[in-house]
This record gives sequence, structure tokens and C-alpha cells, in this order.
Amino acid sequence: MNPVFDYHALAPELVLSGAIVVVLVADLLFPDREGLQTSRLASLGILVALVPVLTLAIDGADRSLFGGGFVVDDYAIALKAFFLLVAYVTVLVSADYVGEGDYYKGEFYFLLMSSVLGMLAMTSARDLISIFVALELISIPTFVLAGWRKHDTKSNEAAIKYYLIGVLSSAVMLYGMSLIYGLSGGKVLLADIGKFAAAGDAPPLFAVAIFLTLVGFAFKVSAVPFHFWAPDTYEGSPTPVTAFLSVASKAGGFVAILSIIYFGFFEADESWQPVLWALAAASMTVGNLTALRQTNIVRMLAYSSVAQGGFILVPLAVAQDAPRASFEAVVIYLFIYGAMNLGAFAVVIAVARRTRSGEIESYAGLGQTAPVLGILMSAFLLSLAGIPPLAGWFAKFVMFRAVFEAGGAGAVTLGVIAAVNSVIAFFYYAGVARRIWFEDPAAELAGPARVPAALTVALAMSAAVVLVIGVYPQLFARVGELAVPL
Amino acid sequence: MDWFDSGWGLTLAIFLPVAGMVVVLAIPKAQEQAIKIVALLTTLATLAAGVGLLVRFDYDDTGDLQFEANKSWIDVIQSRYHIGIDGIALPLLLLSMVVTVACVIYSWDHFPAPHNPKGFLALTLLLETGMNGTFAAQDLILFFIFFELVLLPMFFMIGVWGGPNRVYASIKFFLFTLFGSALMLLSFLALFFLTEPHTFDIPTLAEAAGEGLVGSTQNLIFLGLFLGFAIKVPMFPFHTWLPDAHTEAPTVGSVILAAVLLKLGTYGFVRIALPVLPQAAEDWAPWIGLLAVIGIIYGALCCLAQRDMKRLIAFSSVAHMGFVMLGIATLTDFEINAAVFGMVAHGLITGMLFFLAGSVQERYNTRELSRLGGLLVQAPRLGWILGFCAMASLGLPGLAGFWGEFPAILSAYEPLEGLPVETFRTFMVFAAIGTVLAAGYLLWMFQRVAFGEPKPEFESAHIHDVHAPEWIAWTPLLLLIVALGVYPNLLFKITDGAVTGVADGVAKAIGG
Repeated sequence: MNPVFDYHALAPELVLSGAIVVVLVADLLFPDREGLQTSRLASLGILVALVPVLTLAIDGADRSLFGGGFVVDDYAIALKAFFLLVAYVTVLVSADYVGEGDYYKGEFYFLLMSSVLGMLAMTSARDLISIFVALELISIPTFVLAGWRKHDTKSNEAAIKYYLIGVLSSAVMLYGMSLIYGLSGGKVLLADIGKFAAAGDAPPLFAVAIFLTLVGFAFKVSAVPFHFWAPDTYEGSPTPVTAFLSVASKAGGFVAILSIIYFGFFEADESWQPVLWALAAASMTVGNLTALRQTNIVRMLAYSSVAQGGFILVPLAVAQDAPRASFEAVVIYLFIYGAMNLGAFAVVIAVARRTRSGEIESYAGLGQTAPVLGILMSAFLLSLAGIPPLAGWFAKFVMFRAVFEAGGAGAVTLGVIAAVNSVIAFFYYAGVARRIWFEDPAAELAGPARVPAALTVALAMSAAVVLVIGVYPQLFARVGELAVPL
Repeated sequence: MDWFDSGWGLTLAIFLPVAGMVVVLAIPKAQEQAIKIVALLTTLATLAAGVGLLVRFDYDDTGDLQFEANKSWIDVIQSRYHIGIDGIALPLLLLSMVVTVACVIYSWDHFPAPHNPKGFLALTLLLETGMNGTFAAQDLILFFIFFELVLLPMFFMIGVWGGPNRVYASIKFFLFTLFGSALMLLSFLALFFLTEPHTFDIPTLAEAAGEGLVGSTQNLIFLGLFLGFAIKVPMFPFHTWLPDAHTEAPTVGSVILAAVLLKLGTYGFVRIALPVLPQAAEDWAPWIGLLAVIGIIYGALCCLAQRDMKRLIAFSSVAHMGFVMLGIATLTDFEINAAVFGMVAHGLITGMLFFLAGSVQERYNTRELSRLGGLLVQAPRLGWILGFCAMASLGLPGLAGFWGEFPAILSAYEPLEGLPVETFRTFMVFAAIGTVLAAGYLLWMFQRVAFGEPKPEFESAHIHDVHAPEWIAWTPLLLLIVALGVYPNLLFKITDGAVTGVADGVAKAIGG
């Protein structure tokens, strides 16, 4: 075994761990009432963790540690950068929200960053144990974050539901993994499992094992029919946490699915393609149809994110027939979805500060009282709907491209379902835009009208991505292309 | 002027309006005068770029793409920034520019409630970029982006500045079009993957003319394209969004919708559907012809039943676009020439009619035909312009409308070889009946609005005759209606080369 330890490969995780400790200790030694310093420290730590990601990207070499269980390749680097940027924006949108509540301010960032550490580990995890540990590291801090507003019963409900479902899904997944371990003769490395699957002499139970593992992840990415926890958890959690759950935590689940399918189960496609096909079709359809009926903006965005998760599952469901295009599609979709969904939640937080309400009704006349927020919200929502020239169109486009490259009746049927669903989705996204622009403002503002600086930066970053990528998608497309590990 | 010819001229013509929109958005809302001036200057500068294109266009070679640019855009999906115009695109591009200028001038003092010129003009400018871009795009994905780009501004224009039922109308408009374009995008992707080499380039795909595609696949892909374009045209039975959108839209919205947006659909047929999938076009032609004829008759009958002036004109659009689609369905060069002429003529004439309906509504606060009357007494100039446009719309020889309809009917007698002749001759008879009905409803509308004495409720009202901004906005359109009517070669000369190229391609693919 090579005695030289590759610190460079682990640097992003190490730097972030250091930052987590610094944030925790600083909060202990210098208690600050506003919580702003802690947020600045946290965002600084996240940005510093980006530096080794950049140096790794420039270096470009693939690195493999711990006997192949931890790999740093272009795919891992691209997604580490994505998670750190998402974390940075999440800290920005949290800063004033957390500062104005009278709860544990330092611990909030500590938990958030711990979860991000799990995401960084997930991008590199290439064996069942690492994937499981990374997934738990992502999940456990978020259980606590969901219940962060501890005097609010809805927040308690959110945390308990999320916790119970999270533990249940982990158990199901772990059971599936243990079956895989046993059937394959004690393999944990995804590469070894891949060879086992390719050999084609796996017993039928192997299909059950794959199914159970996927079901575990389906809970994480709130795919229908394993989605019912999401709306309650999203509504009850503090809104910045909801943004984080719906983007980062969900993306963590998708990264796990990507890794486990592409590096592990790839050849056993008859076991996972139908499962993902059904999950994708059901998530899109049920998510969209339920979102139509929502009156609370966060619940609507929760169901919308269920549907968006379905769109992300579509290329995965045809991955065997169009491996490159599907991989690219998932990565590009995650990047674009991250920007537009975070942006939408940032506006929700900004509007909730003004109106103290999460009802869609409270958006009436926003275009008159706060035109910039109105324009941004419309842009993010219509981008989620996939209307050009906003970035969402490209995400949908690469998804359709993967479907058509795969060809075949099943794939094209799924493509048509996705097309019909993107029309349905427009209806509720436009419903909010309609209130913003077509209706007159109702009541007096209940809160301050000013949008805090940190939130403004977060909004500007998301909006820039949504606009620039919409007009010149080549930027993200290149990242997606580079990330393909095949 | 090398830079102008090598793509920059056309790029300017597309993106100047968006630049103007950014400036408009940067000006504070209170400075309305500055906003209006910037918007007007932008549309005029765009028109100047368009005139530059018109002057430098090589009329001996209208079948080839000119002012071409072909730069890398999204390499990963092999989509390029490929723009260029030929004899079919040029007139439509100019139509879009002229109409936008007219709209900005017309709205100078007429901003509909809730006023807000800043938002209104910004949306108008964004619309212009979408329209100009669609006519210039030579890449399917680029085409799709511009085709969709017009949706949002029109959605907000109807929804914010529209009539009482605006929310319903705007969502309906958007959902219909979005549904069509989603299927259209699927067809584009299918085309990409099923043709060799994989490409989104329209000229390359037209060159291949569907080679290597099985007939049934071609037909399926054509169905997707058909739905995308037919909803936009709109053809019967996909037209139901149109009367609602038109009735509720503000005047300028109606004008742009009728004059340019509907043309995006028919243009899509001529630019993409026919050349790229000629064999499927042949299979589908009788059905397209049938829907077109139903549209002509149905639209006309609906017109006769309308009580609202604007709704009547909206249904007349369904009928007129039926003539254009019938022309396209015969697949002959003579006919497609007429169809392109019909698009321009309908754009000018129906655009004018919507302006007039808007002006009448502004003066009387109603569009109910039963409450109107005696316009010739109270505002004779407005009345005569309405009469003139009604005549042009019913296809009076000597005015532009004639050259769109008459050849359409004529050549349905002799469709492209291979198409069922008897069927098309039957269509011809019905289309001819359609023109009679058109004369009926247009004259009826003119008579109800303009003849007789004013109704008692408006007897003492002071009805202002045509305003200065109206004169400035309308004169160019009126002159063009006359010029094209008297000397149609003005347009046929430009379109012929390009249309012959398309028609020959179709004929060759079917024959071979």
C-alpha cells in the first residue's frame, strides 16, 4: 500500500471540516447576538473550501484513495463545486432569517456545513459504505435543522416526519445494500459490484436488492410514491432550510443514484430501468397535479420539486441506452435546478419578510409594490416551467435529448409524458406570476420592505445564472460534458 | 459595409430591440417621455437596419440565404447561431419591423389601463426581438428559442393590459401555444437523432429532405411539427385561443398578434415542415387542406354571428389564415408564393383593422356592433379608413388582400402532381364560397359601424376624428396595402426565387 497520503485529494473536505470547527468554537467563545458574524465566518469557510476544488480542477488528474472507495475525478470535482456554491447561497439567504429569530444561531451554520461535508464526501464515494456514511452525514444534521424553530409545532412536525421517514429509508436501503454485499460475495466497491452485475449470473434476489436500495434513495429525492413527507417537512421547516433540502439534499440523493447506477448496477439495467421509469413518470405527474391545488407557496414549491425530481429521473430511466447523454442531462439539470429553485426560495424569504405570509395570495400585486422582486420571482418560476430564454429550457432540453438518443417505445413514451407534464407545470408556475402582475396589492405590508444585503447577493447570483445560462447554455453544458466519467 | 453583410446587419436587426429594452428598463418609471422616445428610436433604428437589409439584398439570388452568420453557440448539442434570410423571410421580417414602429407610435398617448408605458414598451421591444429572430433563425433550436420568446411578453401584455376576461385569455393563449411547442421540440429532437449526420441546421436538413427516414416516422415527426405550427396559425380546431386572446388583448397586442405572431406558424410550415419532411407533407396535404377549408367556412360563419367588432375581426383571421394554409397545402410554387403574399397582406390589413377596432372602442367605449353606427357622420376619416380596410380584407382587386386569396383559390384547381386533384377542387369551391361570406361579414360590419345615424346614446358625444399619432402610424400600412395591391410583383419578385427553391425541393423529393 502506498504510504503517501494524498492530502490534496481530500483538501476540500479537510478545509470544510476545519471551517466547521472554527464556526463552532467561535460561536462558543464570542457569542454574538445577531448571528451575523457566524454567518460571515461560515460563508468564508465555504468559499475557502472552494479553493482546493479549483486547484484539483486545474490539476485535472484523477485521484483514488482508500482502495478505490474515494475517487476525485471531474465528476466529483464538478459536483463538489456545485454543492459548495449552493451552500454559499444558502448561507446568504439564511443570514438575516437566522439573525432575526431568537434560536441557536451558531449551531445553525454548524449543522448546515456538516450536511454539506456529507455532500462533498458523497460526490467522491465509490463504495457502499462510503455512500451510506455520506448519505447519513447529509441527512442527520438536516433532521435537526428542520426542527430548528423549536417553539413552532409545524417545525416540530416537520422534523419528526423527516426523521422517521429518513431513518426508515436508510433502513430499507441498508437492507438492500446488505443483500448486495451477501449476493456478490462480500463486495462493497461499486466497481466490483459492477463486474458482478456484468457477469450476468446474479440470482433473482439481486434485482430485489437493487430495488430496495433504489427505494431508499427514492425517499431521499422524494420521488412518488415515497414523497409524502416532503410537503409537510418543507412547509414546517425554516424556509432557508427548505431551500437547502429541496436543492442540496435532493441533489445529494441524485448524486448517490448516479454513482451507484453508473459505477455499480449499470449492466443490470433490466433491474433498475423499469423502477426508475415508473418513479419518473409518477413523480412528474403526481407532483404536478398536486402542485396545481396548493395555496401555500412553499407547499407548491415542494410539490414542484417532487415533479422536478421526476424530470431529473427521466434521463436516468433511459441511462443504459444513452449513457453519456443521460449523465450529462442529470448533471446539467441539477446545476440549473439548483440556481432556479434557490432563487425562487430566496424570493419567498424576501416576500415573507414583507408580508409575514406564505400564502400564494400574498403575492398579489407584488409587481406593483416591489417590481424587482416580482420580475425575479416570475423569472425563476418561468425558468422552472422551462420557458426560453430562461435557463430551465436547457435543463428540459438535455433531458429530452437523452430520451430521444435512447429511442425505443418506452423512452419516447416517457418523453411524451414529460412534455405533457411541462405544460401542466406551467399552469401553477404561471398562476403565481399571474397574481404578481395581474392583480392589485391587497393589504398593507406587515414587515420591513427592504431586502437585506445578503439576500440581495443571493438573488443576484441565482438570477445571473438563470439568465446567462438561458441565453448561452454552453457554459454549463461544457461542465456536464466534462463530468461524464465514461 | 462588409460587416453588415456578414451577419452583423441581421444580428443588429434581431437584437437592437432587446438593447432598447434594457435601456427602457434602466430609465425611472416617472420619465415617461424619455421611455417613449427611447422605445421609438429603438424600433426606428431596427427598421433602419431592416431597410439596410432590403437595400443590400441581392434580388437576383433570392433563393439563397443572405446576410448569413454561422457561429458556434451550444456546441455540446451541436446547435449553432445560424441566421440568414432569403426571399421568404425578408418580407416577413420587414413586416414585423414596420408593424412594431406603428404600434409604438400608435400607443404614444393611448396606453391602456393600467398605463405603465415602461412595462408596455419593454414588452413590445422584447416581442420584436422574438419575432425578428424567428424569421431569421436557420437552426432548429435557435428557431425554437425565438418562437418561444414571443410567448412571455404577449402573455403579460394580455394579462396586465387586457380586458375584463384577461386572465383566462392570457393563460389559455399560453397553454395552447406551449403545448404545441413542447411537441414541436420533441419533433426537432427526433429529426436530430434520426437523420445523418445529426444536425439542427435547417438548410442542411432541407437539403437531406427527410432522406433515410421511414414514411411512418416522417409522418409522426410531421404531426409534432404540425401541432406546433397549426396551433400558432391557428388552424381549425386549434383556434379557440385566438378569439379570446384577441378580444381581451390591448389594441397593440391584438395588432402584433394578428399581424406577426400568427405568421410565425405559417412561416414554420414553409421554412421547416415542408422542406425538411416533403414526403410527410404530401401525405398530410389533403388533411391540412381540409382543415384549412373548414377554417375558412367556420371562421366566416362565426364572424356572421359576432356582436363584438374585435371578436369578428379575430374570427376573420381564422378564415384568412385558412386561405394561407390552403395555399401551402397545394405544395406548388405559385401557391406558396400566394401564401407568403397572403401572410404579408393579412398582416397589414388585419393589423389595420385591429388598430381601427381599438380606436373605435376608445372613442365609444364599446365594441358592441349593435350600439355602434354612424361613424361616417361623426368621424368621417376614421369611417372611410375602416371602409378601405374592410374592402382590402375581403379581397377587392387592386388592394393587397386580393393577391393572397385569389391565387389560393385558383391554384387549388391544380395542386402538385400526386395530390388528389378532385379533393382539392372541392376545397376550391368551398374556399370560393368563403370569399363570398367574407364579403358578407366585412360589409355587414362596415355597414353596422359606419353607416346610418349615430345611436341616441352617442348622438351628443364628441367623437374625435383620426389623431396625429394615428395618422403617422397608419399611413405606411395603408400605403403598403395599396402599393402591394397595384403592383404585387413588388413582393412576388422577392419571394419567387425562394419559394421555387422550396417547392422544387418538395417536388423532387416526392418524385424521387
